[in-house]
Amino acid sequence: MASRHAAHRAVVVASLALVAAALLLPLLGPARVDLARAIAGQSPDYEILFETRLPRVLLALLAGGSLAAAGALFQALLRDALATPYTLGVSSGASLGAVLAICFGLEEILGLPGVWAAALLGAAVVLLLVVAIASEGRRMSSFTLLLAGITINSICLALILLLQYLAGFAQSIAIVRWLMGGIEVVPYSTLAALSAAVLPAVGFMCWKAREWNLLSIGEDWAAARGVDATRLLRAGYFAGSFVTGVVAALTGPIGFVGLIVPHALRLKVGADHRVLIPCSFLAGAPFLALCDTLARTALAPTEIPVGVITAMLGGPFFIWLLRSRRRSLWL
Amino acid sequence: MYSLRGVGMSYDGTAVLRDLALEFEGPQLAAIVGPNGAGKSTLLGILAGLRPQYSGSCLYRGREVRRWPRRAFAREVSFVPQSVRIEFPFTAEQVVLMGRTPHAGGLFESPEDWEAVEHAMRLTDTLSFRHRDFRSLSGGERQLVLLASALAQQPRVLLLDEPTTFLDLKHQIAIYRLLADLSREGLLVIAVTHDLNLAAAYADRVIALRAGCLVADAPPERVVDPGVLREVFGVQTRIAAGPRGRPWILYGE
Repeated sequence: MASRHAAHRAVVVASLALVAAALLLPLLGPARVDLARAIAGQSPDYEILFETRLPRVLLALLAGGSLAAAGALFQALLRDALATPYTLGVSSGASLGAVLAICFGLEEILGLPGVWAAALLGAAVVLLLVVAIASEGRRMSSFTLLLAGITINSICLALILLLQYLAGFAQSIAIVRWLMGGIEVVPYSTLAALSAAVLPAVGFMCWKAREWNLLSIGEDWAAARGVDATRLLRAGYFAGSFVTGVVAALTGPIGFVGLIVPHALRLKVGADHRVLIPCSFLAGAPFLALCDTLARTALAPTEIPVGVITAMLGGPFFIWLLRSRRRSLWL
Repeated sequence: MYSLRGVGMSYDGTAVLRDLALEFEGPQLAAIVGPNGAGKSTLLGILAGLRPQYSGSCLYRGREVRRWPRRAFAREVSFVPQSVRIEFPFTAEQVVLMGRTPHAGGLFESPEDWEAVEHAMRLTDTLSFRHRDFRSLSGGERQLVLLASALAQQPRVLLLDEPTTFLDLKHQIAIYRLLADLSREGLLVIAVTHDLNLAAAYADRVIALRAGCLVADAPPERVVDPGVLREVFGVQTRIAAGPRGRPWILYGE
């Protein structure tokens, strides 16, 4: 079967891209690094490669993969090809938490850096709030979920605007930087914690892919095929929001990855989420890592916000993809 | 298989079904007819387990429909909506495959799944466009794919909401013949329809609703009668001899 063949090929290509990104991107940068010296642990090559560039590339891989997979899932749950991981407000909640921490100068909360902890907390509060508002008794529909999410999102953005307006000059700069989003160098222990949180959730998204297929057509459609639509919708919302919130706490909101990667892949591999969700993770990871490498090298030593690169690289690519598949453009 | 007693349903305080009593015993092709807003689709939704808020009692094989575990129920009863709106580029075959979900063990299809899909698509004459994007199909082709998806579920009961709305004459007849064949092979088939003539030609039984109440429940010869039709639809009709020795309704000013 032709489509199955294409699906296999997409998984293989995306996996290879991911491995290549992890191996090659850390070698790029303004300072030349001697691989042999770095592996031998000699300074400064070792520090540049293993303590700055590699952790940064790994964070970009994890964040990019997670956002793309969550985007594919949210698009299915909301039956809206324009949905993103940020549509339902979790990242705005994270941002609001981070902005509060910046405004009140919280350096540390429970042993974690203040901004991260506050962002995690903000994401969690929004996640629960949206579910509480969207649930009608024991039932919940993707429509009420969408309305609740968009409303909470707007409220968070308004509060962020207010705080930013009231903040002092230095704080205001810090807030703007955070809201731009970006990949930073984080310790390996943080990467391990992030992987432990995010990878099982992505695994869950892949495991339930057959059910997302049903839900992406409709709630009655899923129910008539033996699925508890409300429960499934809630589980998907939790998994997607959890991943998005954890990533957003570390990187801030990075746009476009969660919209464009699943969209582009759907044109290539079709709508079956058993292929689409793993491919989104595998392709979103190297995409963001590549964008971040460009962000730190293109105008070095100045860094470009990575969200600018994702949009400027992803946008034209996506338009090309759409034009080359003109047949399906107007469906 | 179904036993309904005092079934009612209201939306926001407006009753759309009232105190309905019906029995469906054994394989048959039953048509539910009635004017717009009579409660036909609501009744079908209750039978399909999609409207659990009904009042009264609706038993399927002795067990209240809303108490059935969803997955087990989906192996018994399948439902064909009039149409669905699909946002994503699923192929016709992928849509049919979704009918296998209640039987599936894992993440991927088994050989039996493929066999059931192949069979369902052959019966519904949809194999020739199996790899096409569902959204690119005509209304009639889509309706046939939806029927195939329900057949791939291999149910004992097939519920259909106006299955011939978008079909050309040839496919209208083909679908009713298929439904009649399926009922002879042991399925309980219940279809909501506006096509009284095809219902009269193929159904074993016609159930007429008006304003949420049961008006008639009898073999087609007895329901397709100017008196009953005037009561149900408020329209003057004449009855002629139709195909298969069944009545044919002539209507219009």
